[in-house]
Amino acid sequence: MTGHVHRDDFGARLGMWLFLVTEMVLFGGLFIGYSYMRYRYPAEFHHGGSELNATLGIINTLVLLTSSLTVVLAIVAIQRSEKKRAMACLGATLILGLTFLVIKAFEWGAKFHHGLYPNSPHLATLPPGEQVFYGLYFTMTGLHGVHVIVGLAVLGVMLWWVATDRVRQDRYVHLENSGLYWHLVDVIWIFLLPLFYLAA
Amino acid sequence: MSEHAEHAAEHPGYGTFIRIWVILLILTGCLVGVSHLGQTAAVWGLLTLTPLKAGLVFYYFMHLKYEGPLLKIVVLVTLGTLLIFFALLFSDVAFR
Repeated sequence: MTGHVHRDDFGARLGMWLFLVTEMVLFGGLFIGYSYMRYRYPAEFHHGGSELNATLGIINTLVLLTSSLTVVLAIVAIQRSEKKRAMACLGATLILGLTFLVIKAFEWGAKFHHGLYPNSPHLATLPPGEQVFYGLYFTMTGLHGVHVIVGLAVLGVMLWWVATDRVRQDRYVHLENSGLYWHLVDVIWIFLLPLFYLAA
Repeated sequence: MSEHAEHAAEHPGYGTFIRIWVILLILTGCLVGVSHLGQTAAVWGLLTLTPLKAGLVFYYFMHLKYEGPLLKIVVLVTLGTLLIFFALLFSDVAFR
């Protein structure tokens, strides 16, 4: 132990959790809005759900669940000073996150191709309930997608820090906090899958 | 340093998390399965399996199991608050 550096890992995690709690409220508000609209327009939401590609939604769920596993395994590896394994796990997470975004891009691309995008002329001809469905679909999966991009950027920095020993066995709270963020992004997707893709 | 070593001894290994991941995949399969059994089954699947999956991620992947009471309370208070808002909205809707 050389020198004394003030550190409070629990405080860092508490701070991260307080931030995550605001994220939960942000998405929670959207989920509450969704539940009311689905209650009000059950048939339209059922029809909207049937128009979405459930297979892509399920594949993306598996991709994100696996990416959550690789993050948590990276933390175990760091705790055991297995630097190469930690880097491999984080690398796998980045690849899986990018895979998620590519699948998402194809899915949105197909919707755009059919004239379904926010404020599109075709969307305006649909019944109000379906307009609400697609409005929530683009808002919630879009906001989630932004979180995936941010999470990937943060985890990219973590990979770099592990490589340069800034994150190591005796100092890895940054990696833990980045992992927490990534898991929350995963949890949000866990809810988005049945709400949109399995709604039919 | 001894405190750190003590803390390290409590860290779960790779196996724990891989098992949780397998359970999450199985639950996802169940969720997709019940969604084909009709509207009622789908809604029940959504209301039970989805929170269960989220709970597993929170408890194990996000290490809440290994944290003290404070972080658990922070999360529970948040979920409770959301539940209150949910209940308030639907109590309003129900009596319109």
